[in-house]
Amino acid sequence: MSRIITYAQALNEALAYCMEKDDSVFVMGEDVGRYGGIFQVTAGLQDRFGVDRVMDTPISEAAFVGGAVGAAMTGMRPVVEIMFIDFITVAMDMVVNQMAKMHFMFGGRAKVPMVIRVNIGAGRGTAAQHSQSFHAIFQHIPGIKIAMPSTPHDAKGMLIEAIQDDNPVLFVEHKKMYIDKGEVPEEAYTVPIGKAKVVRAGKDITVVATLNMVAKALTVAEEMAAQGVDMEVIDLRSLCPLDREAVLASVRKTGTLITADEGCHTGNMGAELAALVAEQALDSLQAPIVRVAGPDTPVAFSPPLEQAYIPSEQDLKDAVARVLEYL
Amino acid sequence: MDIPPKTVRELYRTMVVIRAFEEKVQDLYARGHIPGLAHLYIGEEAIAAGVCANLGDKDYITSTHRGHGHVIAKGALLKPMMAELYGKETGYCKGKGGSMHIADVNLGILGANGIAGGGLPIAVGAGLSCKMKHPGQVAVCFFGDASSNNGTFHESLNFAAVHKLPVVFVCENNGFGISVSQAQHQAIIDISIRAAGYGMPGQTVDGNDVLSVYLAAGEAIDRARKGEGPTLLECKTYRWRGHHEGDPNQGGRYRSKEDIQAWVENCPIKRFEQYLTKNKVLTKKQMQAVWEEVESEINESIEFAEQSPFPPLSEMYQDVLA
Repeated sequence: MSRIITYAQALNEALAYCMEKDDSVFVMGEDVGRYGGIFQVTAGLQDRFGVDRVMDTPISEAAFVGGAVGAAMTGMRPVVEIMFIDFITVAMDMVVNQMAKMHFMFGGRAKVPMVIRVNIGAGRGTAAQHSQSFHAIFQHIPGIKIAMPSTPHDAKGMLIEAIQDDNPVLFVEHKKMYIDKGEVPEEAYTVPIGKAKVVRAGKDITVVATLNMVAKALTVAEEMAAQGVDMEVIDLRSLCPLDREAVLASVRKTGTLITADEGCHTGNMGAELAALVAEQALDSLQAPIVRVAGPDTPVAFSPPLEQAYIPSEQDLKDAVARVLEYL
Repeated sequence: MDIPPKTVRELYRTMVVIRAFEEKVQDLYARGHIPGLAHLYIGEEAIAAGVCANLGDKDYITSTHRGHGHVIAKGALLKPMMAELYGKETGYCKGKGGSMHIADVNLGILGANGIAGGGLPIAVGAGLSCKMKHPGQVAVCFFGDASSNNGTFHESLNFAAVHKLPVVFVCENNGFGISVSQAQHQAIIDISIRAAGYGMPGQTVDGNDVLSVYLAAGEAIDRARKGEGPTLLECKTYRWRGHHEGDPNQGGRYRSKEDIQAWVENCPIKRFEQYLTKNKVLTKKQMQAVWEEVESEINESIEFAEQSPFPPLSEMYQDVLA
């Protein structure tokens, strides 16, 4: 009988497993201790591992992200929680100029095995400074792996993988997914960072999606199947390394590409994939590439405006309809 | 003051190595042998020497853009250092870091740093490692007067204090953030008074007096080793050269020749030589021998750097990820 737990519980299990196995792993961030993290991902860990290994920090993102860099360079494997991705901007020097550069800049003499957990996403009424999805910014910075698990299963396996990786990993979660449930093995396992997954094979239209957009794409694919359109859905799972081969192989098969990611339209992950296909598979395309993305606006508070921001199943269906005009 | 004569001689030698190295770099830079940027430490040698004489290989430092002195004092070898300044394959960072990014984690050198204030949180992290896994080891963070206005200063001192981390924050107050004088960038004179705001000891010392630096740093480092938490140690000094080589007239746009001259007369090495002579630790002849020996060591490092190859272009794609 398979076991069903939430995305947050899956992450919690990954943290506990890694801390149990390796005493150089520790967790720090705002309210990760007694409180258990704003989304309860670290619930119970301080009781189990103590205040030094599950450390509540001052509200000092630069100090604790930079602290993680220094700890990682000196033999530890820190896992840092940034309460919302929006707050990582406070620590941007530590992320961009320090964490991402150390290994290269020091000629391979330093390793920075650390994980920064963040969450993106609108839909909880948290307005413009707690709802952003600007993870694609980090795709532009060489030296950072970017993991984006879309299921509880992948959340556990990819977090274990991220903690064991010798590189800095930005671990991007979606705040609306923490209560999603799914099958998660009790034992430890890893899921690679850098391998996309074909979650639904199809021959007519390719959709490459991340995080919450994967489930939406699957729903739409089932609906379209009833209308005789066979969609292929790829869960990209990582922005760096980017699984270019998986995307290109699918585009060469279907002759189409729809991308789906909650980040703002301009410069989002879909822009990179569109460029990739334009460079390497233009002759396969039978229809324009369509990007399903958030609009180029901050996230508004008012509920109808916030809902209108979030890329929806209808947006995906509209994208499919546009592509079908050419097939 | 009871400092073993061996330590006193080592302090002197370290200062001489730094001075001679920097003077060579100044010359090589002016003649176009060294590309990029060079921020020289001339006039500030007593601080790196005095602080690092209290450290072992297993202790950590973070450094700054003006980092040659710190890494020399922490034990970096001159050949790979010079080769790094030349951008050569045999450099500490295979030529990929340059003057501002020399690092050797095995020697506890967590890198010079091109971002003002960038090293403070990293030193805090090294302090976390020491506290969790290596009690008795410490991290020393070098930074300047101008970086003490950066947010990382506040965040790092507070973090280190609240978690009682074994970190010593060494502020090298050389009077300038590039061209902006201390009086123009902060409304205080002694930066060490800020320590009170974090609940840690703070002290200001004459940064051109190597023994004062050595003793004050020694006390702070001892406290850190014993688990008594961090210290803010301010060392007052002066940057003889411009912010970087190429700064016109050694900063003549923003300071007077008389000010520079006054500090040149307050040279930390000359002052120490007077002490060494007076206390009969070293004779003038012995001191001369140190200079000559150092000179030849540095010349060897230059020869090594000049004869080393540039990295192959393929090196650019190495070490982006581990």
